[in-house]
Amino acid sequence: MQWETVIGLEIHVQLATKTKIFSGASTAFGAAPNTQACAVDLGLPGILPVVNEEAINMAIKFGLGIDAEINRVNVFERKNYFYPDLPKGYQTTQLEKPIVGAGHVDITLADGSTKSIRIHHAHLEEDAGKSLHEGSFNGEHGMSGIDLNRAGTPLIEIVTEPDIRNAEEAVAFAKKLHSIVTTLGICDGDMSQGSMRFDVNVSVRPKGQKEFGTRTETKNLNSFKFMEAAIFKEVERQIDLIEDGGTVIQETRLYNGDTGEARSMRSKEEANDYRYFPCPDLLPVIIDDSRLEKLKAEMPEMPDAKKARFIADFGLSDYDADILSADQGTANYFEATVRASDDAKLSANWIMGELSRSLNQNSIAISASPVTAEMLGGLIKRIKDNTISGKIAKEVFEALWQGECNTADAVIEKKGLKQVTDTGAIEAMIDDVLANNARQVENYRAAEEDKRGKMIGFFVGQCMKASKGKANPGLVNQILKQKLDG
Amino acid sequence: MYDKTIAEQSRALASGEISSVELTQTYLDRIRQFDGDINSFITVTETLALEQAAAADQRRAAGDAHAMTGIPVAHKDLFCTQGVKTSCGSKMLDNFIAPYESTVTGKFRDAGAVMLGKTNMDEFAMGSSNENSHYGPVKNPWDKSAIPGGSSGGSAAAVAALLAAGATGTDTGGSIRQPASHCGITGLKPTYGRVSRWGMVAYASSLDQAGPMTRSAEDAAIMLNTMAGFDNRDSTCLDHDVPDYTATLNDALEGLTIGLPKEYFAAGLDSEVEQQIRNAIAEYEKLGANVKEISLPNARLCIPAYYVIAPAEASSNLSRFDGVRFGHRCEDPKDLMDLYIRSRSEGFGEEVKRRIIVGTYALSAGYYDAYYRKAQQIRRLIRDDFLNAFKECDVIMGPNAPTSAFDIGSMSNDPVAMYLSDIYTLSVNLAGLPGLSVPAGMANQRPVGLQIIGQHFDEARLLNIGHRFQQATDWHQKSPALV
Amino acid sequence: MAIDASGVKKVAKLARLSIDDDAVEVTAATISSILELVDSMQAVDTQGVEPLAHPLDAIQRLRPDQVTEENQREQLQGCAPAVEEGLFLVPRVIE
Repeated sequence: MQWETVIGLEIHVQLATKTKIFSGASTAFGAAPNTQACAVDLGLPGILPVVNEEAINMAIKFGLGIDAEINRVNVFERKNYFYPDLPKGYQTTQLEKPIVGAGHVDITLADGSTKSIRIHHAHLEEDAGKSLHEGSFNGEHGMSGIDLNRAGTPLIEIVTEPDIRNAEEAVAFAKKLHSIVTTLGICDGDMSQGSMRFDVNVSVRPKGQKEFGTRTETKNLNSFKFMEAAIFKEVERQIDLIEDGGTVIQETRLYNGDTGEARSMRSKEEANDYRYFPCPDLLPVIIDDSRLEKLKAEMPEMPDAKKARFIADFGLSDYDADILSADQGTANYFEATVRASDDAKLSANWIMGELSRSLNQNSIAISASPVTAEMLGGLIKRIKDNTISGKIAKEVFEALWQGECNTADAVIEKKGLKQVTDTGAIEAMIDDVLANNARQVENYRAAEEDKRGKMIGFFVGQCMKASKGKANPGLVNQILKQKLDG
Repeated sequence: MYDKTIAEQSRALASGEISSVELTQTYLDRIRQFDGDINSFITVTETLALEQAAAADQRRAAGDAHAMTGIPVAHKDLFCTQGVKTSCGSKMLDNFIAPYESTVTGKFRDAGAVMLGKTNMDEFAMGSSNENSHYGPVKNPWDKSAIPGGSSGGSAAAVAALLAAGATGTDTGGSIRQPASHCGITGLKPTYGRVSRWGMVAYASSLDQAGPMTRSAEDAAIMLNTMAGFDNRDSTCLDHDVPDYTATLNDALEGLTIGLPKEYFAAGLDSEVEQQIRNAIAEYEKLGANVKEISLPNARLCIPAYYVIAPAEASSNLSRFDGVRFGHRCEDPKDLMDLYIRSRSEGFGEEVKRRIIVGTYALSAGYYDAYYRKAQQIRRLIRDDFLNAFKECDVIMGPNAPTSAFDIGSMSNDPVAMYLSDIYTLSVNLAGLPGLSVPAGMANQRPVGLQIIGQHFDEARLLNIGHRFQQATDWHQKSPALV
Repeated sequence: MAIDASGVKKVAKLARLSIDDDAVEVTAATISSILELVDSMQAVDTQGVEPLAHPLDAIQRLRPDQVTEENQREQLQGCAPAVEEGLFLVPRVIE
């Protein structure tokens, strides 16, 4: 039987505010346990929440970034359940009136076509703390340790419609969302620190069937790779199960990215009954026109608009423009490189080639690249004006990466890499080469016209070797041809 | 001097007639002498009080005095006080010493008031009789077989027995006005949002409000001057001008229109209580006020609405008491569920558990619309009744409770009967209005208070109306004879 | 609406409370009498009435995004029943 997969995502995005959503404690990552958990975050008796303005602004920006309706009257509700990482015994969240209404995120598929994934809504809420288990601290046997530093960090939970049909689309969507929130500056995008966490709802159905199959939810995936692997695994599991005569049960599952294993979460002893009701410690947050207008004016260029501009203004291919507009850091770097080099195509090639290879190998963010956009632009300028060849340029890049000099010109000067374009000097060198390789010259001249193209490569190689790579390859070719073909 | 009002004591301190240390020592001695029986205090902070009194005397000498400087007061034991136990009358918090100070107690501290201690209360402010305390019931100083009212029963009894010059209380459904009424003192429940709730352990967040409990309306004005005002740590505290509440106390009452809701004088009201209330209203007519019958058609619905909303909010507010970060924790929990269930079941008393269960039920799946949502709709009807009534009158008057204080133990096995006795006070909280109780006579040998309900932020008017009554009567000057 | 013994037990568990077996019938009866009291509001027609969450129609004030809370772990954990290495201890959390 042919199966179709149906996927919906719920994504928790930590907002890049300085402080918690309801307290003035810092949200900085990596502090010692409970040193950034104030009385509000600990849910101590008598302590009250006050809403962080920036969390509201960032959520609105997200809504504007996905063409969504912004709800003007916002009510925070309490979701009640007991868990040690939830200090108050309830999570303050939104239910009936989420701040961001329906919107959409468009993704580019492998065949180049565009698909729109509908966003059902996005709501504001507070993050929970963390439970640390035996082994991760020197706890007593059988105990867990609770760190509430993360408790109260503002989140937006983004909920998609079930519009995604395979893991590839899911990853494309996730990357696009990452690109949107980092471009907006509302999330640091650092997935290794849990800044974006994905819950994946997966079901399968026979192709052509209208009704959805029973779905499972795999929670808390914090990398694109894990998400992709978890989807493959779950789809396979569901299909195998059904084909073997079984049925999928609605459950929450966990996927361990390190071992690649998935399992059902221990079934809850009773069905959850969250007893939502409006939080009486908070009043409705009203978003007025002036706030909305101010935020609209602050909106950066979104990835889709940027991509279109890169294609229109710089003549980039769809593929190149997609990559270069995906995150704010890369896009900024690209534009600065173009400004410095005045050559968009070469800038694109170098950023997606040499630079991105070096960054990946050393796990360095583009914003921290030792070769700045100005340095790369200077290098590209020297390729364009024939000061150096593409091959020598790689040597110059390496020297810049290693910090040997601050500009391409300084490297070229110091290492004497300037390309030889003096026709006389090249002619003399070619004469030497031809004289030393008389037999090959004879062979060449005896050969058929259509074989010669291939044979000339030998002489070019010899000339480049003799010039230590500095001879202008175009000139060498041209002069060689004249001399050999006579 | 202990039998004088805050206003009088403040003048005596200013003139040097007495020092705060002397005054404080007098109260501490009286507490030692009389409170064993009344049980109005959970904690007496003797050393701290004398230190604060000495500091207040220095402050007075330095010419930096406030009306409250050096005045010995008591705080209901749900205001967090840094370094001093805050129990909420519960075993759950028997070991809880807050590392922070509530806004209200902080304001009194900053004004130089002396804290004598923390007063007894119904556990987590849930009760109308002060019988629901881990630290034992409070007795009414007028008749020790009677309840003092609740939940601020300790504060009311302490002020009535002259064990403190004044006290703070909180009122979620009548918890200042009803005990004030039963103990023959003055109690003001301000407009919701008038006084900060920060550091005040929550019972029902949308109803709770702190206020003064004193021996006169003038004293309530002096205390409210210290308590009221905006606090950026409480989202529900409103940024509304704070007048000098003592400035308008003597304003004339000519032309004042008093509304008497016919629903407040219907069946169920004790005839002796009714007589005292009618006498008080007659006194107001002598002072130039006009009286007119009004109607609050949804008045009786305040009981169901309140007993859904308050327990629902409480069930959620009290979830944080889980034995993890503070408060009571059971011995050797075998797993997480055991930790939660035993810590909470051991730490909470019967009435608290009962309200948590009712509130949990009212919010649970399938019942939300029929209970919580319905109650919030009725809340609007009740508020709108008041807003309509205030188109016809300036203030509303009536009793605080259907009877004077009942006997200890007489209702403790019948929570429904106890809830019904809150009939005249609950709607004021649901509507967020200010309400004042002033002593207005005796019924069945126990005190009766007149309830005066005002419009939002009309505290100054209420205190003026209460003060003028106290200029004309002496009910507020009577004190129980203690042995 | 009345609630029976098993209903009370279920709700109590949701609220993380236990009720002794010998008290459960009495508790159910008491809770039922309270529910009966509040059920008197069911007779009121509230169609079209907007629920009122706060008595004054006030709106939420927003706080500037500035760090105001410094580390106070030692003081805040002063009342904690079980702490080790700055962590609150609980019986092992199993997911």
